[in-house]
Amino acid sequence: MAGVIARRVRKQRAFRWTVLLVLGVFFVLPFVAMVEFSTRDAETWPLLFDWPQLSERYPALAEGITNSLLQAALTAVLMLVLLVPTAVWVRLRLPQLRRLVEFICLLPLTIPAIVLVVGLAPVYAWVTYFLGGSSLTLVFAYTVLVLPYAYRAIDAGLSAIDVKTLAEAARSLGAGWGTVMWRVVLPNIRSAVLSAAFLTVALVLGEFTIASLLNRTNLQVAINFLGKSSATMSVAVSLTALLLAFVLLLLLSLLGGRRRSSAAVAPVSPKETTT
Amino acid sequence: MSGVAVHLQGLRRSFGTTHALDNLDLSIEPGEFIALLGPSGCGKTTALRVLAGLEDADSGQVLVGGKDVTALPANRRDMGMVFQAYSLFPHLTALANVTFGLSLRGRKRSETRAREMLELVGIAQFADRYPHQLSGGQQQRVALARALAIEPSVLLLDEPLSALDAKVRVQLRDEIRRIQTEVGTTTLFVTHDQEEALAVADRVGVMRAGKLEQLAAPADIYLTPATPFVAEFVGLSNRLPGVVTDDEVEVLGTRLPLLAPASAASVTALVRPESVQVTPDAGGTGKVLTTSFLGPISKVTVTVGDQLVVAQVATDRLTTLAPGTPVRVTLSPHPVALA
Repeated sequence: MAGVIARRVRKQRAFRWTVLLVLGVFFVLPFVAMVEFSTRDAETWPLLFDWPQLSERYPALAEGITNSLLQAALTAVLMLVLLVPTAVWVRLRLPQLRRLVEFICLLPLTIPAIVLVVGLAPVYAWVTYFLGGSSLTLVFAYTVLVLPYAYRAIDAGLSAIDVKTLAEAARSLGAGWGTVMWRVVLPNIRSAVLSAAFLTVALVLGEFTIASLLNRTNLQVAINFLGKSSATMSVAVSLTALLLAFVLLLLLSLLGGRRRSSAAVAPVSPKETTT
Repeated sequence: MSGVAVHLQGLRRSFGTTHALDNLDLSIEPGEFIALLGPSGCGKTTALRVLAGLEDADSGQVLVGGKDVTALPANRRDMGMVFQAYSLFPHLTALANVTFGLSLRGRKRSETRAREMLELVGIAQFADRYPHQLSGGQQQRVALARALAIEPSVLLLDEPLSALDAKVRVQLRDEIRRIQTEVGTTTLFVTHDQEEALAVADRVGVMRAGKLEQLAAPADIYLTPATPFVAEFVGLSNRLPGVVTDDEVEVLGTRLPLLAPASAASVTALVRPESVQVTPDAGGTGKVLTTSFLGPISKVTVTVGDQLVVAQVATDRLTTLAPGTPVRVTLSPHPVALA
């Protein structure tokens, strides 16, 4: 009996390692190939981290990086400004609209980017007319694009606390709605807000279709463009962007883990006072 | 700190087809402790929330200290509130929770005041703990300190004890009364627990379907209920058949005075278990069915014919009232209500 069990354990262990190995090779091999390829030219990596030289030699890439970083930051801010108060308000005052709001927020996930662009093109004709053709105007489209992920993150954060009671307690103590949001709700959904922001940044840094089809420049468009003239630099930038997104997602899962573990801490039950 | 008078006048509030408040009038004297008691859905919490400004009334007026506050938002009504659900801000310590309202008012020495309040509710030693490090009872004490710290004109307690276990509930209930007497704030306490309401309040208001059935001192509510609903809702009652003659009703061979005139000859009288006496008697018409030990007093269920009668007896008499014992059932001549 013991021999059978030991054999089964050995089999399971071997299977587990095989799966890990295959997956590891599948995911790591492209990275290794990228590192190998991008280091063939010794100048590539030092140049990537030398901003003045990089902007001089690859102005389009520098512009793409700057645009993408600005787009990511602005999208995150716009998304938070729009979504957090809306989600809180829906929970407090319009709970019957929760499903509808969730459905609307999830829509961009179900519509292919190319279809979105067809719809966005005429809108952007007006955006260009009023605000000019800056790549930063993509922030509006990106805010729509990140809604499904950001809404889910924020909604999960709000579900973890009793927003209604906390808001009512703060109101009864004399807090206006601004104070309720800033001093009561936000501090309690901080990790959810950070999650939503990280997801937004990761998504915007990786966005290509909309920017390319609307003739705007961002990091991915610049990388694609650069690939035609300097392949090693384009691969190095891609690898850096991938790693950045990886670090962001890692931070996200760490935050999630911390939230789970702090929620799992059983409340200590000190004895009732007997005063 | 002296209390202010509160008047709720003609309050109406509907949720769809349900009338949570149906022309509710309630007056609270300065410094008075009123408990609103009633079954779930009777409108007691809605009344409190309308007074707090957390719910809008469809019509009617809310007057606090003579001023009409009906249109004022909750944050400008100057009311301290303790909720049924734990409502402490999870990211703040007990002390910071109590300081919250004070800092909004720009009060100097708010920390000193907050510590005094934590002292008052008896948990000064837990000032630096976060809510998740406190037990339910301790959290509600902090919530009470937080509500009182801002020196509100009215203190509102929305079933603050219902999530606590029985022993803590009694302990905290008595302390709420002690503290309220000490600070003198006009208080409205909403509960569905009749024992809680009768134990702490100066006056108890029994609500049903959005209306006040009776507002009176606890003893009056219990001894002279104004309506059959109050008689049945407050305290246990036996429903016994009776025959009305003149101003009295004859129940189990005893003539009992009526609280209100009867409209029919054959009625159902509501008789309190403590008004029922059970004496072992071999020739008695009753027989003990079951006994329940409840501490110093016990409950004895007796059958008289096909009628079940519940009596309350001193526990030391239980030995003579084993199940199956033949007994004589008599009733004390206390006035009774009719169902």
